[in-house]
Amino acid sequence: MELFYLSAHEAARLLQNKEISAVELTREILKRIEQVEDKVKAFVTLTPEKALEQAKAVDEARARGENLGPLAGVPMALKDNLCTEGIRTTCSSKMLENWIPPYDAFVVRKLREAGAILVGKCNMDEFAMGSSTENSRFFPTRNPWDLDRVPGGSSGGSAAAVAAGEAFFALGSDTGGSIRQPASFCGVVGLKPTYGRVSRYGLVAFASSLDQIGPLTRDVTDCALVLQAIAGHDPLDSTSADLPVPDYLAALRQDIKGLKIGVPKEYFGPGMDREVVSVVRQAIDRLSDLGAFCEETSLPHTEYALPAYYLVAPAEASSNLARYDGVAYGFRLPGKDVVDMYMKTRREGFGAEVKRRIMLGTYALSAGYYDAYYLKALKVRTLIRRDFDQAFEKYDVLVTPTSPTVAFRLGERVGDPLAMYMSDLCTIPVNMAGLPAISIPCGFAQGLPVGLQIIAKPFAEEILFRVAYTFEQATGNFRRWPEI
Amino acid sequence: MEYEAVIGLEVHVELKTASKAFCSCSTAFGAPPNTQVCPVCLGLPGVLPVINRQMVEFGIKTALALNCSIAPICKFDRKNYYYPDLPKNYQISQYDLPLARDGYLEIEVDGVKKRVGIIRVHMEEDAGKLIHGEEPGADYSLVDYNRAGVPLLEIVSAPDLRSPDEARAYMEKLKAILEYLEVSDCKMQEGSLRCDANVSVRPKGSTVFGTKTEVKNLNSFRALHRALSYEIERQISLLERGERIIQETRAWDEQRQVTYSLRSKEEAHDYRYFPEPDLVPLAIGEEWIERVRSTLPELPDARRERLIKDYGLPEYDARVITGSKALADYFEKAVSLFPDPKQVSNWLMGDFMRLLNAKGLEPQEAPVPPENLAELLKLQQEGTISIRIAKEVLEEMFATGRGAREIVEAKGLTQITDVAQLTAIVEKVLAAHPKVVEDYRKGKEKALGFLVGQVMKETRGKANPNLVNQLLKERL
Repeated sequence: MELFYLSAHEAARLLQNKEISAVELTREILKRIEQVEDKVKAFVTLTPEKALEQAKAVDEARARGENLGPLAGVPMALKDNLCTEGIRTTCSSKMLENWIPPYDAFVVRKLREAGAILVGKCNMDEFAMGSSTENSRFFPTRNPWDLDRVPGGSSGGSAAAVAAGEAFFALGSDTGGSIRQPASFCGVVGLKPTYGRVSRYGLVAFASSLDQIGPLTRDVTDCALVLQAIAGHDPLDSTSADLPVPDYLAALRQDIKGLKIGVPKEYFGPGMDREVVSVVRQAIDRLSDLGAFCEETSLPHTEYALPAYYLVAPAEASSNLARYDGVAYGFRLPGKDVVDMYMKTRREGFGAEVKRRIMLGTYALSAGYYDAYYLKALKVRTLIRRDFDQAFEKYDVLVTPTSPTVAFRLGERVGDPLAMYMSDLCTIPVNMAGLPAISIPCGFAQGLPVGLQIIAKPFAEEILFRVAYTFEQATGNFRRWPEI
Repeated sequence: MEYEAVIGLEVHVELKTASKAFCSCSTAFGAPPNTQVCPVCLGLPGVLPVINRQMVEFGIKTALALNCSIAPICKFDRKNYYYPDLPKNYQISQYDLPLARDGYLEIEVDGVKKRVGIIRVHMEEDAGKLIHGEEPGADYSLVDYNRAGVPLLEIVSAPDLRSPDEARAYMEKLKAILEYLEVSDCKMQEGSLRCDANVSVRPKGSTVFGTKTEVKNLNSFRALHRALSYEIERQISLLERGERIIQETRAWDEQRQVTYSLRSKEEAHDYRYFPEPDLVPLAIGEEWIERVRSTLPELPDARRERLIKDYGLPEYDARVITGSKALADYFEKAVSLFPDPKQVSNWLMGDFMRLLNAKGLEPQEAPVPPENLAELLKLQQEGTISIRIAKEVLEEMFATGRGAREIVEAKGLTQITDVAQLTAIVEKVLAAHPKVVEDYRKGKEKALGFLVGQVMKETRGKANPNLVNQLLKERL
């Protein structure tokens, strides 16, 4: 196999055994990027010089016999809403096109400390609002499996980079499915950790009560490795949990015998592609074969998750994005007075989807509507959480399709926001309940990857890894890579 | 018709915590612009707030001193509005679950005591400051974010105040309490204590509220009093002319001494409050509250009673002295060195305050420390200098910061008590004013004053007045 399609832990082993240097590995990735990036367009910003410098430093440290972390020397990519000191962080928006953060996000600091090498910042839907990476200010990213199709979104650049061999792993962010859905579309592993498991400090906020950072990787082992590196309490994020971080690699056991798996029927009904459902059902059969006890169950409030999400998320976004006003940083279009400047700056600086959500959210929070919309949505959120709580009294994990369809064609849903929103049908309830969920490749439909979503109770990432790892090891044939 | 005013005050207090409300930047006043800022208080993309425990502690302390009940669980909310001095275009504040509610403080106006309700006390962050270009033709504004994120308490009174006098008494009392608690500098000029007033009027005896206006920009006790007086008059005259009062926000114009309309009710902001998702609700346990309660210092009322009891001060003196913690501290220090409380109180309330006010200083900033005042009073008591000279020396002490004895010695101001020396001067004065001497002898008592004055003039005020009187009378 090509070096650039090794998994991160395989690459790390080569590095540790000094079979390859970090500089060589980084050059390999940079070469691959040079070969395919024109077609895939996964990156907004590439940082080859910095990457080589960093790789050289890792090699030197290794030569000195320093004790290096498991990711030392492994090239990675970051979604462009994660702040990187000295490297522009655009959120794929005109608003922040030239904004260079003076600080590193918590996860960026963690990965730097772990020795991972940043090769670039990945394209995304503007401010993480979208499901196809077409809402980027710069260009759409292509799905490496079919360049006419979208990679999903909003972490589409991150997923495409990993699937195309342009990075061994990437970080994305997931507010309503933005890690899992592109992972599913691109045939990679994507994890949204429990809300509070990973610090959000330095993640440019979309919807603060839903946002979580997580890994996009080639396999489940890499996913556990990366989560290990970025999880943990951060005093700078009051919503990050002050809980010990378990040993996730130890959770990678090939054993799901007797595990109780719930299959919520609401995720297999109308709106779901028949072929996707069929592939997912086969995967569930496979889990049964492997010794799990799978049973249909119900999460009765599922249908209200999407509408409630489209009140909560835009409401928080309308406030989070208020700071982009042209005053102190970012894009500014001068006006005849300060209000005029605000209006011109925001009209020009934001794309259509962002403005749509700001308007939705502003409306939902307005006097006279708050109770009917925002407050009601919070109540729905409680009901959804309760559904899951009840299910987890009976089941260890729940499994569903990650997305109702495989990757759709570029432009197919651009003019139809509702159709676009539907692609997050299966992932949104998980964010609303703050739960951890992983998407793993489970087969192909129409020649395109299909993702299986596994959901667990809060802070039970270990059991996700266990089920995902067992499935992956038993069905290794899904670990294929696209021809680009 | 007779009207009465109904006034409620919303007071903002900057807390003097070492660091800001949600980040670790310094809160010190007066630093060069934008030197006390970080990604968090600048509201850069990706940052998150962290609650400053010291702010909460100061909040609890204040709420307890104002007899409030502390909420076992409170939370922060976002108040959304656009203004260039507000980095995130929302302010982290508290909306429906504030830190504390239902307290009161006691005021006294013209000998009548009154309890004024406190509806709520909540925590929030301050905004930055706009600096508008001043040179001719300048059409730009700059923003200084040093103040952005400094913790504030908002203290909202019930509409229990009925006159500008009561409103001022409330503010003075509140300021005194905050100073005693040492939670704020309370400098109205620097904006660390700010006040907005809600005002309405109604026919005396009525129990329904009239339409209110909110008056802003009240930067001193005097502005508060004048603005309220003006606004009450304005509202009454509107009603008397049969016109309606418009619910609106008005501002006090210090230059023109009037209030003017800022915005109408229709133009009022819709702040779109919602719970701050970046912070978790704050639980304040009994234990924490009790620990803070045990650190509460003696408050103005208690200290006033103590000054009356322990020092035998009249009620009036005790009230004035304890109106400022710094003044009361000054008093007690001075009395410990010069144990004549009434004398010290007289000097403090008289010349000392006059000189202080003239310089626009607070008692703790006086160039004359209590040790020096005590020294001055001793010099006067032991007869080294006269009262008149003492007053002069105090002025000199304020001007130069030098000690009393040092000034008296350097300027040769020691009182003349030498009988022979004074007798000579008295003789000289009597000889120079035979007409006046004659008047006195004819029974014109006032003439004596003139003669004393002449002796004083000759001695440049240094003569012992009692001795001069005595010597004159002997010779007349």
